[in-house]
Amino acid sequence: MTAIDAGAAGSTFKDAIFRTCRYTGLKIDTQAQLLIKVNAVAAVIFLLVGGVMGLMVALTRWPAVHLLPADWFYLFLTGHGINVLLFWILFFEMAILYFTSAVLLNCRLATPKIAWLGFVLMVVGGVMANYAVLRGDSSVMFTSYPPLQASPWFYLSLILFAVGALCAVCVFFGTLVIAKAEKTYKGSIPLVTFGALTAAIIAVFTVVTGAIILIPTFLWSVGLIANIDPLMYKTIWWAFGHASQQINVSVQVAIWYAIAALVLGAKPLSEKVSRTAFLMYILFLQLASAHHLLADPGLSSEWKILNTSYMMYLAVMGSMIHGMTVPGSIEAAQRRNGYTKGAFEWLRKAPWGNPAFAGMFLSLVLFGFIGGISGVVLGTEQLNVLMHNTMYVPGHFHGTVVAGTTLAFMAMTYLVLPLIFQREIIWPKLAKWQPYLFGIGAAGISMFMMGAGTLGVPRRYWDITLTDAATSFEFPAAAYMMMGLNGVFALMAGLGGGLYIVLTVGTIVFGKRLDTAETQPLVFPLHAGGGEVVSTYGSAGTVKLPGTIILVGIFFASFVLYYFVNWKYLSELWLFQ
Amino acid sequence: MAISPPEQRIWWNEPIHKVELGWIVIAFLWGLFMFFFMIAWHFIGNQNLSNETYRIQPTAYEEKVEAFAEQYQVGEEDGVPVVRPPAGADVYILARTYEWWPILELKKGQSYRIHLSSADLAHGFSLQPVNINISVQPGYEHVFTLTPTETGEFTIVCNEYCGIGHHTMIGTIRVTE
Repeated sequence: MTAIDAGAAGSTFKDAIFRTCRYTGLKIDTQAQLLIKVNAVAAVIFLLVGGVMGLMVALTRWPAVHLLPADWFYLFLTGHGINVLLFWILFFEMAILYFTSAVLLNCRLATPKIAWLGFVLMVVGGVMANYAVLRGDSSVMFTSYPPLQASPWFYLSLILFAVGALCAVCVFFGTLVIAKAEKTYKGSIPLVTFGALTAAIIAVFTVVTGAIILIPTFLWSVGLIANIDPLMYKTIWWAFGHASQQINVSVQVAIWYAIAALVLGAKPLSEKVSRTAFLMYILFLQLASAHHLLADPGLSSEWKILNTSYMMYLAVMGSMIHGMTVPGSIEAAQRRNGYTKGAFEWLRKAPWGNPAFAGMFLSLVLFGFIGGISGVVLGTEQLNVLMHNTMYVPGHFHGTVVAGTTLAFMAMTYLVLPLIFQREIIWPKLAKWQPYLFGIGAAGISMFMMGAGTLGVPRRYWDITLTDAATSFEFPAAAYMMMGLNGVFALMAGLGGGLYIVLTVGTIVFGKRLDTAETQPLVFPLHAGGGEVVSTYGSAGTVKLPGTIILVGIFFASFVLYYFVNWKYLSELWLFQ
Repeated sequence: MAISPPEQRIWWNEPIHKVELGWIVIAFLWGLFMFFFMIAWHFIGNQNLSNETYRIQPTAYEEKVEAFAEQYQVGEEDGVPVVRPPAGADVYILARTYEWWPILELKKGQSYRIHLSSADLAHGFSLQPVNINISVQPGYEHVFTLTPTETGEFTIVCNEYCGIGHHTMIGTIRVTE
């Protein structure tokens, strides 16, 4: 394997040009650096497009505003889903894959040409998907359940995009192989790279499943296949659609560890526990896509229960472990830094003014409390009937992919800008506020959508006043209030998101250059001489973590309480069996 | 640090922090509990979605619904038949863009065998304000036993996107003493 690789990439090796990072001592391949930059920029552009569409959707759902006409609402809703859930997130993830492989391992990037091919395919796919949606004949929503049919361009664009992403994932694997062969690091790969590796492995599974379902669907849309069974489609599509969310979870958790390490010098409490929790994602998380089919006919209860839980919720356990070890490692680091008073001095004196840290910690808390707990409740066989396809569902996943993943990526950007783009962030005072604006906005969106969902408001619904319908029905007044508040918080998140885009683009274009000799304003508790083994696990058995114990205690109590409240609601429904 | 290689190449041999171990045990036991509670609800609970499903051609299902409506029809509203099936009867509901057909009149406390399928696209049966939500797929006839526990007029909205008129897809179930 190494021989083949060395043969194929020999010339690239000679061409690879490195620079040495003045802050971390890491050797950075300039090709990898350029690819990180272009992927990050593409991500931000798609975030802008998808974010604007999302804001329009939220303003239409606000009954008092009701901005868009029905056809534009459904069109924008489809566009919002693919632009932010696929394109923004995946472009950013490609940047993270190159960062965690080539940069963190001091290695040259494997086959940069294939990485560029992947990037071009992804851009072509992204642009084509927007073309398909804006044509107006592909308002089939992100899920595109047949027999509802989009234009062939829609399915083709997703296939091209997925192939491009697969190229990037292969470059990531290739870089790991080269790094090992050329001994650019000692021992095992770092935890953050390990997390990215789990994401990459899940990505392969995801793309293959996507091909299995999207290729026949494309052939169906051009008339070569007569029929796509809707339940078959839904089952396989979710093995792709849900697995792709597990890529996000893995990358986002890797980013939590990375930011805690970069900003506070945090070390994992134990590498064994954190890595095993990542492994659980590979083994259990992406297979659990059955929870999207809990309210469907034709599947047995045994199948549903087994596949959502694998008998003991091992994937949920993986996330619960990270939810404890990340704050635990931060507490341990802060206590070593001298913040030892009481249970929470470490948290009070944390660098809340640093947008990277603030965004990361908000992402951790919001993902756990909002996205995590609601996800388990939603994925419980019987409880699903209470909220299946109601506004509760987008409420849940805005808690995971917006307040969780997107916020984590934004936080990471505040480190990528100085370290990779080598620019000082413009308007640092505004940057300080950005994660709070976006995080609280996203949290509000999630909570109020979930609230409206429990009152029965359906998702993907243009008009909850039902004025066009033959018979009238009034949703409760509280539902109207919640959809209005959803709009208010969407404005707030939109403001935070817009600020993020302005800060990022502004920094890339106008930020003070950090690669010249006289400027060195950054202080990181970083090691010099990247790739050396420097971590000692000072925490195991020595540092006490009362703050973290209290935090996870509060989390667990909320989880149990909310779980049983929903069973109480369920028991009051009409009887059905 | 998490961004540099671990101290020991074989990280599996590392010690585990006591707090971590405690939390792992709690998370594991809670996971086990949640798994068994889903199973338990099939025995102690009254809200479990039935597994009974048949494959059927959408046209054949439409014919069954029409025959059912004709058999128990008691009236008509805006061209839609009002149907009052006897307690325990097989009751057919048809989802089609953009309506739930026909209008049903049921009795509180009586059980009915509800059949649910679609004539065209995927739809979402969402009974409001009760908030029972079930997916409806064309080609699959889902059968479950439903017992209303309250009286009044209830609305079925569609909560699976089915096209431009999705938000106008409304049906009615009336429940009397």
